[in-house]
Amino acid sequence: MYDSSKVIPGLLVFLILVTVPVWYNLFSKTSGNVPDPVIDRKYNECVRPAKTMRETHMVLLNEWRDRVVRDSDRSTITVDGAVYHRSLTNTCIKCHSNKAQFCDRCHNYMDVSPDCWDCHSFPEEEPHEAQ
Amino acid sequence: MKLNRKEFLERAGRTGLAIFGSTALFEVLSGRELMAGVKNDPSAVRWAMAVDIPKFVNSSDYERCIQVCNKIHNIPQMNDKMHEIKWIWKEKYEHAFPEQSFIQVRSDLKERDILVMCNQCNNPPCVRVCPTQATWQRKDGIVMMDMHRCIGCRYCMAACPYGSRSFNFADPRKYLDIDNINMEYPTRTRGVVEKCDMCAERIDIGLKPLCVDACRDNSLIFGNLNDPKSDIRRALKKRYAIRRKPSLGTEPQVYYLV
Repeated sequence: MYDSSKVIPGLLVFLILVTVPVWYNLFSKTSGNVPDPVIDRKYNECVRPAKTMRETHMVLLNEWRDRVVRDSDRSTITVDGAVYHRSLTNTCIKCHSNKAQFCDRCHNYMDVSPDCWDCHSFPEEEPHEAQ
Repeated sequence: MKLNRKEFLERAGRTGLAIFGSTALFEVLSGRELMAGVKNDPSAVRWAMAVDIPKFVNSSDYERCIQVCNKIHNIPQMNDKMHEIKWIWKEKYEHAFPEQSFIQVRSDLKERDILVMCNQCNNPPCVRVCPTQATWQRKDGIVMMDMHRCIGCRYCMAACPYGSRSFNFADPRKYLDIDNINMEYPTRTRGVVEKCDMCAERIDIGLKPLCVDACRDNSLIFGNLNDPKSDIRRALKKRYAIRRKPSLGTEPQVYYLV
């Protein structure tokens, strides 16, 4: 190989530069930075198990929305003896009333901005504050 | 067998008629074709409203209906006529009933303001033009809005001959007293169209629309048009009723008793 004394160090430098983000994440203290939402609740049980809610609450909310708005099905669901309406404003938020610490922490971390709050109001906070 | 041109055409014509004619006959007999023209299933619920015009005398008679709707549905009050949001409001007689100046109505009624709202038409032009089905007709006849789906194209506003739809040109929350809004009912956002939906959220749980509950002396009558014993059917049987712009064929389901 011609000029191997230059090419091989050059390649090494290139590889290190390209993989810097990986090393940085592995060795810096911020690597384990995961959101720590504070859950605020009144009941012991949510409408679904916590794991399901964590992963697919947005799917459930869409299902509820379609059911209530489009199919006019305003029936209630009973979980652990408590009766719930299928409603973001009148069910979810009544229990998880700390949007900034609960919803926003994960949403900000994931960089998602659901537009729920453009219309649905949140109690005890500045309702105009979107996302 | 030898056919001449005339015989061939005759037989071909008869065969064709037999095939297509019998399909049409089958459709008619099976009721499919006939049902296409009948939108209302008489066993189903068909909500409608009647406005008793003579009972609206003072401005408070109108206001008590309008205010409760504005309050509960978080409807912003804007001074700018171009931007205002209206669900239920007052209109001059000649504007509400432009075609019906010939009708023999007590002359004093023609001087009055008319309480108008979405007519929940049986044949709603707004539904026909909506490209996203954000507005559609429910089985009980209510023309419903799904704000989640509205893209703000405003075709429905162009289609509605009653001006019952309003577009949110501005963020409605800027015009609401944000500390005193009804938390249980969403506000709207900039860029969606809204209108009266006959309090679908209340009807679904067995309540009457807000304006009907708020009105004085049964000046608004709400009920199931398919139930002969309902209040609205009795009122329509007893009294002469008119509808807004009937010649357009939208079949409004808000009746005006005169």
